[in-house]
Amino acid sequence: MANMSLNKVKIPEQDPNIRNKNFLEVALGYTKEMAIEEAQRCLNCKHRPCVSGCPVNVKIPDFIRLVAEGKFEEAYEKIRETNSLPAICGRVCPQENQCEKLCVRGKNGEPVGIGRLERFAADWYMQNIKAKTNNTVKNGRKVAVIGSGPSGLSCAGDLAKLGYDVTIFEAFHVPGGVLMYGIPEFRLPKALVQDEIQTVKDLGVKIETNMVIGKVLSLDEIIELGYEAIFIGSGAGLPSFMGIPGETLNGVYSANEFLTRINLMKAYLFPNCDTPVKVGKNVAVVGGGNVAMDAARSARRLGADNVYIVYRRTEAEMPARKEELHHAKEEGIIFKLLANPTQIFGTDAGWVRGMECIEMELGEPDATGRRKPVVKAGSEFVIDVDTVIIAIGQTPNPLIKNATPGLDTTKWGGIIVKEETGETSKKGVYAGGDAVTGAATVILAMGAGKKAAITIDEYLKNK
Amino acid sequence: MFRIVKKRILNTQVKLMEIEAPFIAKKAEPGQFIILRASENGERIPLTIADFDRDKGTVTIVFQEVGNTTKALGKLNEGDMILDFVGPLGTASHFDNVKKTAIIGGGLGTAISYPQAKKLYGMGVEVHSITGFRNKELIILEEELKAVSNKLIVATDDGSNGVKGFVTDILKNLIEEGNKYDLVIAIGPIPMMKAVCNLTKVLGIKTIVSMNPVMIDGTGMCGGCRLTVGGKVKFACIDGPDFDGHEVDFDEAMRRQNMYKDEEKISQKEHKCNLGV
Repeated sequence: MANMSLNKVKIPEQDPNIRNKNFLEVALGYTKEMAIEEAQRCLNCKHRPCVSGCPVNVKIPDFIRLVAEGKFEEAYEKIRETNSLPAICGRVCPQENQCEKLCVRGKNGEPVGIGRLERFAADWYMQNIKAKTNNTVKNGRKVAVIGSGPSGLSCAGDLAKLGYDVTIFEAFHVPGGVLMYGIPEFRLPKALVQDEIQTVKDLGVKIETNMVIGKVLSLDEIIELGYEAIFIGSGAGLPSFMGIPGETLNGVYSANEFLTRINLMKAYLFPNCDTPVKVGKNVAVVGGGNVAMDAARSARRLGADNVYIVYRRTEAEMPARKEELHHAKEEGIIFKLLANPTQIFGTDAGWVRGMECIEMELGEPDATGRRKPVVKAGSEFVIDVDTVIIAIGQTPNPLIKNATPGLDTTKWGGIIVKEETGETSKKGVYAGGDAVTGAATVILAMGAGKKAAITIDEYLKNK
Repeated sequence: MFRIVKKRILNTQVKLMEIEAPFIAKKAEPGQFIILRASENGERIPLTIADFDRDKGTVTIVFQEVGNTTKALGKLNEGDMILDFVGPLGTASHFDNVKKTAIIGGGLGTAISYPQAKKLYGMGVEVHSITGFRNKELIILEEELKAVSNKLIVATDDGSNGVKGFVTDILKNLIEEGNKYDLVIAIGPIPMMKAVCNLTKVLGIKTIVSMNPVMIDGTGMCGGCRLTVGGKVKFACIDGPDFDGHEVDFDEAMRRQNMYKDEEKISQKEHKCNLGV
């Protein structure tokens, strides 16, 4: 008998006024009992709308039924058939726009907590089951993957399952890409990311860190080393700035730098870790996406008294997940909406002392369908801040493009691919994730990596 | 992990290490840099490549022990491993139609001027090297530079080696003596590079400087290394580290260099070495 409660079983969370001073995970996860109770809300519909909403087509009703039956190991394995990184996806996927959006239970009440159940199954498995030996028969053919973020890991994992000898080249000193440098510890614990990457390595995937492709090796040199195909999943690492006066003042960060210092380099543990970060007392974060929320919530945790989100449209147009907005508000982040920065003021010594903004109003919808912000003449005002964090987006890093003649890219630097296959303009070279789309989500990147793995397999079989 | 194959003490504060890094050695060019990390909790620090040997597969770095990472590094010995070593990063120096050049190294900057001198000398360019140190105890790489320079003048601030003066004065004298340089390369502390550029700008001699700002990834990802060149914001890690010295906003660069001065003091006071050495 299904559990007909209209609401999801609540997930325990740290109290907002405690968590806004620490970097521990906000959501604490379901217990076994909670997971079984929530799993019983799934109607196991025949037409399975949720599955089509998942970019990697996780067999959702099947794994949820296994959770409901208390078969957690089998539930995890069911997810892993199509998703290499369930503990990560269960935490950072925008389920509300994907699987849960299509859930039949959502028509009257809340949808099934698919993300929370995915997270539960993955966490349970990693805590209770030892790595299993991998019995895949290797075919001895080498494939190179550039970047160990979501798209690279997903592509590499799928190819390894098919028997390929896969090596991932990672520019940083640890694998994980944006999962390590971008998403904060309190949303996605880094030890967990490494545990999940270990499960991909257990499939036989090798990861070479400290390898900046385009600098230390070109794509052609990778092919000379015996790799028969290459997947580029190098992400969207290039931060955008606003181009307003004062952006080189001390105290102005790109969100990339601010978050990389804190997440990858663990500046929140300074001086026990050597990398510092300057937070200041009053912080303005410019932008309305998840990265802006992450930066704002991190600044708050590092002791800032006032943290402002400065966004040129209204809350309705914000690209951030509703859950993140909600968490940010609970933690005391102040929203300054319909405001756009015009310049940053500095002290004589060159430190930020304020940011001038201008009020905006919403005009006609633009190409994205969102109403375009229009300047309200003469409405300038100044916020007193000592730190400004710019979180208005990232574009693909041009390092590989610049080093690879014959690799076509868009004007803004995205690698051009055939959408269905991930093929680039260069033979044997595939790409996916943010390097193609510009900054998007973890799960879309994983979907692209997966798709490319299928194409690469077909290409190599026919080669 | 990257093995230290050779260690040399150049002066009381400056050490040279040759690191086994065959992939980097194969690609490295003068003007490029590496980023290293010496311990699990350590920073990523950029160091400009001081030399490389493609056959041996090694890259040479020269560093002054000023922060936690460089101090920890200095304690390592031949045969020990460096945790992370990544490169070659940045854009290689580019030299066109140079007949006669003056290459100026200030203090530790001498180590970075060396590969430039070596390259230009190898291309048949007439190289005049000028290096400046506070006193004679701090002089480094004199023999090496002599081997790749048509003329080498080593000056000290206090005249303790017999040649007193700042590098700018020496350069001025050489020009007044009738030396016609079509390129000046200046590498060292920001005030020194600024002073050289002030002089050469008036004389209309093209001048390249090598900037070494704070950075994390070294691949264009963080933007921490941004500086203003010719009124435009550039990233030292990908657009540089070499820039046209007449266009660089040195005052801003100096200010940004000092952004973490307070934290550096705290860090050194509180630091517990994680290397177990």
